[in-house]
Amino acid sequence: MTDTLTHLDRLEAESIHIMREVMADAAKPVMLYSVGKDSAVMLHLARKAFYPSPPPFPLLHVDTTWKFRAMYELRDRMAAESGMELIVYRNPEAKERGINPFDHGPLHTDMWKTEGLKQALDLHGFDVAFGGARRDEEKSRAKERIFSFRTATHGWDPKQQRPELWNLYNARKAKGESIRVFPISNWTELDIWQYIARENIPIVPLYFAAPRPTVTRDGLLLMVDDERFPLLPGETPVERSVRFRTLGCYPLTGAVESEATTLSEVIQEMLLTTTSERQGRIIDKDGGDASMEKKKQEGYF
Amino acid sequence: MTDPVYVTDALIAEDIDAYLAGHEKKSLLRFITCGSVDDGKSTLIGRLLYDSKMIFEDQLAALEADSKRVGTQGQEIDFALLVDGLAAEREQGITIDVAYRFFTTEKRKFIVADTPGHEQYTRNMVTGASTADLAVILIDARKGVLTQTRRHSFLAHLLGIRHIVLAVNKMDLVGYDKAVFDRITLAYRAFASEIGITHFTAIPISGFKGDNITALSENTPWFKGPALIEHLENVEVGGATDEAKPFRLPVQWVNRPNLDFRGFAGQLASGTVKPGDAVRILPSGKTTTVSRIVTLGGDLNEAVAGQSVTLTLADEVDCSRGDVIATADNPPETADQFEATLVWMADEAMIPGRAYWLKLATQSVSATVHAPKYEINVNTLDHLAAKTLDLNGIGVVEVSTDKPIVFESYADNHTLGGFILIDKLTNATVAAGMLHFSLRRAQNVHWQATDISRDMRADLKNQKPALLWFTGLSGSGKSTIANLVEKKLHRMNRHSFLLDGDNVRHGLNRDLGFTEADRIENIRRVGEVAKLMTDAGLIVITAFISPFRAEREMVRSMLSEGEFLEIFIDTPLAEAERRDVKGLYKKARSGQLKNFTGIDSPYEAPESPEVRIDTTAMTPEEAADLIIDRLLG
Repeated sequence: MTDTLTHLDRLEAESIHIMREVMADAAKPVMLYSVGKDSAVMLHLARKAFYPSPPPFPLLHVDTTWKFRAMYELRDRMAAESGMELIVYRNPEAKERGINPFDHGPLHTDMWKTEGLKQALDLHGFDVAFGGARRDEEKSRAKERIFSFRTATHGWDPKQQRPELWNLYNARKAKGESIRVFPISNWTELDIWQYIARENIPIVPLYFAAPRPTVTRDGLLLMVDDERFPLLPGETPVERSVRFRTLGCYPLTGAVESEATTLSEVIQEMLLTTTSERQGRIIDKDGGDASMEKKKQEGYF
Repeated sequence: MTDPVYVTDALIAEDIDAYLAGHEKKSLLRFITCGSVDDGKSTLIGRLLYDSKMIFEDQLAALEADSKRVGTQGQEIDFALLVDGLAAEREQGITIDVAYRFFTTEKRKFIVADTPGHEQYTRNMVTGASTADLAVILIDARKGVLTQTRRHSFLAHLLGIRHIVLAVNKMDLVGYDKAVFDRITLAYRAFASEIGITHFTAIPISGFKGDNITALSENTPWFKGPALIEHLENVEVGGATDEAKPFRLPVQWVNRPNLDFRGFAGQLASGTVKPGDAVRILPSGKTTTVSRIVTLGGDLNEAVAGQSVTLTLADEVDCSRGDVIATADNPPETADQFEATLVWMADEAMIPGRAYWLKLATQSVSATVHAPKYEINVNTLDHLAAKTLDLNGIGVVEVSTDKPIVFESYADNHTLGGFILIDKLTNATVAAGMLHFSLRRAQNVHWQATDISRDMRADLKNQKPALLWFTGLSGSGKSTIANLVEKKLHRMNRHSFLLDGDNVRHGLNRDLGFTEADRIENIRRVGEVAKLMTDAGLIVITAFISPFRAEREMVRSMLSEGEFLEIFIDTPLAEAERRDVKGLYKKARSGQLKNFTGIDSPYEAPESPEVRIDTTAMTPEEAADLIIDRLLG
């Protein structure tokens, strides 16, 4: 027997179904757009879900001012191409206090990203936010619902999460409560890459190997993306052929040495690699084993 | 450790494009693993992830360290640690929720629902099973078929999972003994056929050692296969079956970018659709044809079950979220009263009569649930009397919705037959339900019309069909008056039928006893028979004590408006006991007769019967005349 639909077809249909379902109960939805490959796929799915209309919600980029320059470029291009409104939010307090990843460690993520996201959602009164998290990324995410409920203070209580049966989602909520919806929950990293290839989805060039100026810090290979990077006395960036498996704030995102310049080569490296995707991110490491879960309870995505 | 099934590294390294071309064509199988912590379920899933190279070196290093620190397998790798996610669970050593895992083999991609836990087991398993094509039932070879095996199998079957794998685990601990495996398989077969599982695949495995997981094990030369992965890769699922069913598309969203375009977005629940197909919009029943199947990548010539598409229609018909677009000549039914199996999922027990939100496909309506007809004990599968359902309780109930919904039985279509109930106050999802059938057709929009209608049958008899439902205490005079009524009707050339309780129990209801559940079923069947007889144009008379309001209301709900006449033969208990025509009160008083209505079992008097007969104030003749006046007047 042959299935008419492949696993990618089924994942696509499921994600589109989820996005359309949100429109039934949401008063003011928004799509969190981080410019990474998962966001790129999510945006593409949204365009498919509502075609020929543009997706009926804006894109929200919670900016830290420390993203790679190439990310800002693609962000503006994709917003224009999709016909969606782009809202860029930067936590004014973090800006005023000059919070940065070099001097403030975990506070940087907390203030710009976690607090910034809460502020942006409150400011605009968004009641549903699409996010690009996947269940295969990390152990505690394997149990995350597709519709994840947050209290009025954006907290996540594992006991308050609702069972999700069949493809029936309960999106009802009280005033002040909000829902994070993860339409690509069931996609794996390989699915994402393969779908990008199949659908020809634009992604940030940083995912492909190129000679880039780098330095080594705490075992991570960091790219010196602009002049704000504080070099140590006598330190000069070394040009290496590198690429990134995930993208975030450039001073916090480790590169891997690579010669993969095409999608096929990137996928090939990914399949033959021996370390997991999130290894390149510092964020998972502070707080030990259950740090991701703790962050989620605090309101980090 | 690596197995031939997964040795893909060479291909990936040598010809990545060939590998990807192959990978892109893979189908998807969703399955669920059922078992308790001790059955080695997490170990099996960890093993599947490990063997399919879903574990990276950094995770493996962490796993090895964790295994030594908190593992339960001594110095060996504890695969269970790979899948036990939330912090609280790891501390307690148990998993408490549904988790989804992913792995890929040469032929398929898999999503595994891991649904462990103890108290919350039913709720979690039902959730995980709702999206599964296949269930792996784990049995500890040392323990055999246990109560929990029965529970897991019952739930898998309840949720309509067609493929059951019986994984007899820990074969390494019973010396890979064929006799043990055969004995367990035989015991399971006997039980499975009892609950309606007609076939299953039994596989002797060791999740810990890896036997018969990816390839046949040398330790079990007597087992000819298939290995677990081989079976999972080859079992037929989803697609073709759903596509063969009639076309249904629940409308999720109306796409209206400008005045010239109106598209209906949704995911095909079943069947296939092409431009030019004749379709019917439910519940309105309007027909039109499909113009286009619109997608971002261009119009499609055909869409199949499972695809999310946007349809445009040839005519300007009313159609909005909640409507179902279906094939014109074979549309689903519309109704507002159903029998359903309900799984209660909230800490707060079900409250019969309370209004909940009911969500089925894209329809959301207000619904009330009546007291269960019976509850099912998931361990013994016995039917028990119940007034409500508690957390993890499963029962058969009647559900009434405030407006008609488009539905199919869950057995026919999971999308149009599966629903959730939502608490209106807390917004929590409190129950999952599976529709069986409608109890009353609210709108006979698509009822297959027979050429001779019930009205024509009634017209021929020159009468209006009705059901005269006599209720009252034993010895109140029901049978006497009912008999008089029928005699009078007969003299008036009316076609009638008196359904006698004892007679029915000799035939149709011979299999029923006198437990509460059986008494309810007795009444339900009598109601159904009476309904058929009214369809045939008859005036039906029944005389049953029928002590409970809920049962009488159930029968009322089966009939058309105005056709059910509740006749309360109101005789005080003292008077009925004084008459004691059959000597039953005497027996009940002396304790020889249990559960006797009025003595040690309650009689719930009708609140607003169509006719009330006070037998202390009138003769049976007068009572019969009064009833006939009400019927014909």
